[in-house]
Amino acid sequence: MRSAGTSLSRALILLLARFLTAVRARWDGAPPTTEQRIYYANHASHGDFVLVLAVLPRRPRSAARPVAGSDYWLKSGVRRFIGRDVFNAVLIDRDRVSRTNDPIAQMTDALDAGFSLIVFPEGTRNSTEAPILPFKSGLFHLAKARPSIGLVPVWIDNLNRVMPKGEFVPIPLICTVTFGTALHIAATEAKREFLARTEAALLALSPKASPP
Amino acid sequence: MTMPHPHLVAVLAGLLAILLVASVIGYVLQRRLSPDGSNAVVENLNDRIRAWWVMIVLMGLALLGGRIGVTLLFAFCSFAALREFITLTNTRRADHWALALGFFVVLPLQYYLIWISWYGLYSIFIPVYAFLLMPIAAALRGDTDRFLVRIAEVQWALMICVFCTSHVPALLNLDIPGYEGRNVLLIVFLVVVVQISDVLQYVWGKLLGRTKIAPSLSPSKTVEGFVGGALSAIAIGALLSGMTPFSPLQAAFLALVIVLMGFFGGLVMSAIKRERGVKDWGHLIAGHGGFLDRLDSVVFSAPIFFHLVRYGWSTT
Repeated sequence: MRSAGTSLSRALILLLARFLTAVRARWDGAPPTTEQRIYYANHASHGDFVLVLAVLPRRPRSAARPVAGSDYWLKSGVRRFIGRDVFNAVLIDRDRVSRTNDPIAQMTDALDAGFSLIVFPEGTRNSTEAPILPFKSGLFHLAKARPSIGLVPVWIDNLNRVMPKGEFVPIPLICTVTFGTALHIAATEAKREFLARTEAALLALSPKASPP
Repeated sequence: MTMPHPHLVAVLAGLLAILLVASVIGYVLQRRLSPDGSNAVVENLNDRIRAWWVMIVLMGLALLGGRIGVTLLFAFCSFAALREFITLTNTRRADHWALALGFFVVLPLQYYLIWISWYGLYSIFIPVYAFLLMPIAAALRGDTDRFLVRIAEVQWALMICVFCTSHVPALLNLDIPGYEGRNVLLIVFLVVVVQISDVLQYVWGKLLGRTKIAPSLSPSKTVEGFVGGALSAIAIGALLSGMTPFSPLQAAFLALVIVLMGFFGGLVMSAIKRERGVKDWGHLIAGHGGFLDRLDSVVFSAPIFFHLVRYGWSTT
C-alpha cells in the first residue's frame, strides 16, 4: 500500500522530470504493452529510471520497478525515501565481496511477483565519451533465470547533459526515450554472445547510430 | 480584475470565429481527401488547426489576465524556447554552471525587470551583463575545447529566446498619452499581424506558390506565398488600427516592418536548423514542431516593434 505522501512525491518528481526535459517516448520496435518486461537502458544519471517511468503509459508504469544500487540509494534519508518508498526500487548491493543478498534472486523475486523491471546492465553511470560501457553479466544471469520474459532495449538520450555525474543542478534540455523490439535469450546462447547482442540492440537505438 | 477592454474581447471573438471556420474547412477537407488519414498535408493542416485552438485559448487567457498573465506566459515561452535551443548546441559539461545561470537566474531576472518596468536595465541586462558574466562562468571551469563556439551559442540562445521574446510583455511598459490601460492591445496587434502573416504565407504558398525564395534554407517558402501573405497581413494590420494608437497608414507601415522582420527571422532560424540537421526545433506543438518554430517570427519582430513604438509614441 502506498501512502498519500509517497504517491504525491512520485507524481511531483515525474512532473518535474517532464518540466525539465519535455521528455518524449519513441516506440521504434513495438507499441507499448502491459505485458511483463525487463527494460534495460543506458545509464548516465540517477534520474534515468525516472525518465523511463515518465514515458511509460499508466498501467505498465505502475507495474514497473527500477533496479538500483543500494550503496547510493540507502545513503541518506531523502534518498532512501525516494528510492525505496516513492519508486519501490529493487535495491541491490553492488559489492561482490561484502554482500549478503543475491541481486539476481532479488530481481527474480520481483519478476515472480508480477513486476516489470528497469535495469541498467552497465552497472554504473557512464561518464566517458563512449556511448555505453561494456555490460556486466547480471543481465545474462537474469535472462537465463527467467527466459520467457521479453528484454526491451531502452535508449535514454540527452539526460547525461541534463545532469552529468557530479552536478546537482539540472539543466533543462529536451530528452527522448526510445524503446526497441523485445528480445529473448536463446536456449544455447553463451554469455558473451548474449551480452554482445543486447549491447548492439541498445546501441542501434541511439540517434548517433542512425542520423536523422 | 478590471473588465477587459471591448476591443480585446472583439479581437478574441474574431479569432475564435476564424478558428471555427478553419476547423470546419479542415473537417471537410479531411472527409473529402483524407478519410483514412493518408493525406499528409491535410493531416498536418488539421494538427496545426488543433494546436492553434490551444495557443489562442492560452494567449486569450493570458491577455485577459493582464500584466501578470502576459508576463508569465512569455516567461514560460522563453523557458521552452531556450530549452529547445540549448538542446541543439555544442555545450559541454564545463558549461553546466553557465547554463544553470542562464535558465535559473538570467531568465527570471529579465522578466522580473520587465515586470517592474526598469527599462534602463532590462534593455541592456542580457546584451551587457549576461554577455560578460556567462563566459566568465564557463572559463572558470577551465575547458577550452571549442570555447568561443560554446559561449557564442549560449549568448545567442539568451538573446533570441529570452531577450527578444521578453520584448512582447515589455510593450505593457510603454506610456502612450491617451492610450492608458490598453497596451495589451499592442501585443494583440503584434502577435496577430505576425501569425496571420505566417498562416497566410502558408495558405497563399499552398494555393499558388511556384517560385522558391530560399530553396537551400526553407524549401516551402515561395515568392507568391510571401507577397500574398505579407500584403494580406499588412491590410489586416491597417484594419486593426482602430484598436491601436496608430493611424491606418502608420499601422500598415508597422505591420510591414513586423512582417519583414518575421519573415527574415524565420529564414535565420531555418538556417540554424539546417546546420544542425533538424527539421523542427522540438515536438511540443503538434503539426508546428517546437515553441521556436512558432515563435521565430515574433522573436525577430518584437524588439524592433517595441523600439519603433517607444520612439514614436511613448513618453517613457
